Amino acid sequence: MMQVQDRPLGRGPGPILEVRDLRVEFPTRRGVLTALDGVSFDIAPGEVLGVVGESGAGKSMTGAAIIGLLEPPGRIAGGEIRLNGRRIDNLPYEPMRRIRGREIGAIFQDPLTTLNPLYTVGRQLIETMQTHLDLSDREARQRAIGWLEMVGIPAAAQRVDSYPHEFSGGMRQRVVIALALCAEPKLIVADEPTTALDVSIQAQIIALLKRLAREKGTAMMLVTHDMGVIAETADRVAVMYAGRVAEIGPVRDVVKAPKHPYTDGLMASIPPLDRKVHHLAGIEGAMPRLSAIPRGCAFNPRCPHVFDRCRVERPELLDTGTTRAACWLYDPASEKQAPELFRHA
Amino acid sequence: MPDPVPMLAAEDVARSFDVSRPWLQRVLAGEGKRTLRAVDGVSFEIPKGTTLSLVGESGCGKSTVARLVVGLYRPSRGRILFDGVELEQARADAAQRRRMQMIFQDPYASLNPRWRVRDIVAEPIRAFGMVSEAAAQREKVAELLTQVGLSPLDGEKYPHEFSGGQRQRISIARALSSNPEFLVCDEPTSALDVSVQAQILNLMKDLQRRLGLTYLFISHNLAVVRQISDRIGVMYLGRLVELAPAETLFTAPRHPYTRALMEAIPDLDMTGRQRIPVGGEVPSPISPPSGCPFHPRCPLANARCKAEMPALLPPRGQPDTIVACHAVEEGRDPAPAPAGADQRMGTTATAL
Ligand SMILES: Nc1ncnc2c1ncn2[C@@H]1O[C@H](COP(=O)(O)OP(=O)(O)OP(=O)(O)O)[C@@H](O)[C@H]1O
Ligand SMILES: Nc1ncnc2c1ncn2[C@@H]1O[C@H](COP(=O)(O)OP(=O)(O)OP(=O)(O)O)[C@@H](O)[C@H]1O
Ligand code: SF4
Ligand code: SF4
Ligand SMILES: [Mg+2]
Ligand SMILES: [Mg+2]
Repeated sequence: MMQVQDRPLGRGPGPILEVRDLRVEFPTRRGVLTALDGVSFDIAPGEVLGVVGESGAGKSMTGAAIIGLLEPPGRIAGGEIRLNGRRIDNLPYEPMRRIRGREIGAIFQDPLTTLNPLYTVGRQLIETMQTHLDLSDREARQRAIGWLEMVGIPAAAQRVDSYPHEFSGGMRQRVVIALALCAEPKLIVADEPTTALDVSIQAQIIALLKRLAREKGTAMMLVTHDMGVIAETADRVAVMYAGRVAEIGPVRDVVKAPKHPYTDGLMASIPPLDRKVHHLAGIEGAMPRLSAIPRGCAFNPRCPHVFDRCRVERPELLDTGTTRAACWLYDPASEKQAPELFRHA
Repeated sequence: MPDPVPMLAAEDVARSFDVSRPWLQRVLAGEGKRTLRAVDGVSFEIPKGTTLSLVGESGCGKSTVARLVVGLYRPSRGRILFDGVELEQARADAAQRRRMQMIFQDPYASLNPRWRVRDIVAEPIRAFGMVSEAAAQREKVAELLTQVGLSPLDGEKYPHEFSGGQRQRISIARALSSNPEFLVCDEPTSALDVSVQAQILNLMKDLQRRLGLTYLFISHNLAVVRQISDRIGVMYLGRLVELAPAETLFTAPRHPYTRALMEAIPDLDMTGRQRIPVGGEVPSPISPPSGCPFHPRCPLANARCKAEMPALLPPRGQPDTIVACHAVEEGRDPAPAPAGADQRMGTTATAL
């Protein structure tokens, strides 16, 4: 398959993360399911790549593949993942585990699986820092309290000795964020880091993540359903559908002037803040099951612009002028061309 | 005429937790017991067929209210009435229990990993003996899964085979399976993408219109809250600080904290409007501030605010709203502005 460059080559330092043609498969009794198929993108130092898409699109799977924590029997069946130029998709467990703590910080969608219910939050932070950084017990405890303050836990010095179940959902989520950041990794893979948080704490966490990206050059993959968070935080956005990248480009273009019909439907589904509506717009139908991904363009059964070619040939990412979209409307050779304006343009 | 007995009534409900350190450590450090007042003196009613939403900062006590309301926690003070009956009495009766269901904030922790999805969804149907025939049960499960945008074939799988949002939909299907009349939804859509979220919100609204369901709804997403609510309660540090009709809360928020919350909403339009987090330290629920709990962060705070707890009162000209704020009561707060507009009220205490 051809190598897809998701943006023009610039000078400057090389990307921290490169994902090329990633393919993830799940062998099952009824045959092999392809959960990710030809996923490619990269993230530069200090850059935040937002990843959006319907539930089940493969966002968490992509994150899990990068940090080497695919749940068996899932496995990487093709492509490569590079961290600072070094391949990490084929590393054995032990070296990958060291990279995971030190160079990649992971914030999972599910805070309960990251936190050990038997240890206090302070102990978990201290152990993580001491595994990766050279710190005395005293220093580590001070820093643990500092991190809890940074993620907005009130009375951090008093609550550092609490157990996870004594915290609210959003507070646990913030502890998970502190855990991922405390070893100062180069790459942060954040899966829904702010969903459990109120808008104000969310603003604070986002400011913290952006500051880390800017000051320390940390690269970040940010998976979220919250388009507001994406609009504020991400530099570029990748839109995923059925295990593939449907569109990728600068955040403003993707959110305000989407080029892929799927992205367009997704943006139209966002509930308005300034009024109440009787019925919310959505995309008709549902994402296909992994065992029944349609031939050609995976979105074709739901696409309002579908034409013959879409049902036969799978589109690669094509240049749309602003973004890159996997849609035949942007191939000059297609019999049908993109409509002048999508709704949001 | 609407049924005068509300589906749910909370009267001066409070709940504290003991968060003391272990006994020996406490003795060595010479400190006393510590209690955390997660919910403190909250009262509200939810009329049948309507939706009350609770919003407020993380840790302000929303989930604790939800758990109190379905009987998972017992109140330390006050009482809760379900359709006019003491909650504890209602919970003792299976026929009453069937009428209320809860969708939890954390879909992972609430689904049994060893059960197939079809059994998870069918569990309430069986527990309450609603449909006995196996074929009819299967049909009901298939219908529920379809309603939440999953396929009937998904019933054969286990929870770990699903993505986060798919699991949340399973827990919604499960909650709907006993045909409840009252649903407590704690962050039901936060794990969902905007497209499925729209489907679920439409489904919830549709069920409400058709079957007259009553909801207690908790979400951090204010745009979602606006779509679903009849009334909205704003909580701060375990207390209700404002309770208003949904539209009023968005067009004319009154409490300084509500206004700060509106200001912190993320800006999708990328107009470059600076999003302003609520300023100041989040206070500790273990040792809440004196007087009005919001005073250390409030730009309108004065001496009275530091000493005296404000009561929930209707502000002038807004009889359907109640607000706990001295400035509003004294009429010295700036004119209310709609959500998303600049709500900043001077710079005194809000050091950012
Ligand atoms: N252990 C597994 N076995 C089989 N299929 C799986 C397994 N785990 C995930 N899947 C499937 O892989 C697909 C991608 O899942 P993934 O968790 O990456 O979705 P997601 O985009 O993160 O969705 P969400 O927004 O709901 O979290 C889904 O269709 C899911 O059902
Ligand atoms: N079992 C418990 N033991 C001790 N403290 C608790 C317990 N449950 C909740 N708390 C505390 O009570 C307060 C309110 O928690 P609650 O879960 O109700 O918050 P919330 O408003 O739902 O927050 P979020 O938006 O983060 O979910 C928090 O300070 C929390 O730490
Ligand atoms: S390729 Fe065809 S079906 Fe796919 S998104 Fe483009 S127009 Fe629609
Ligand atoms: S009572 Fe005083 S401190 Fe509290 S919100 Fe009103 S003005 Fe601010
Ligand atoms: Mg996910
Ligand atoms: Mg909660």
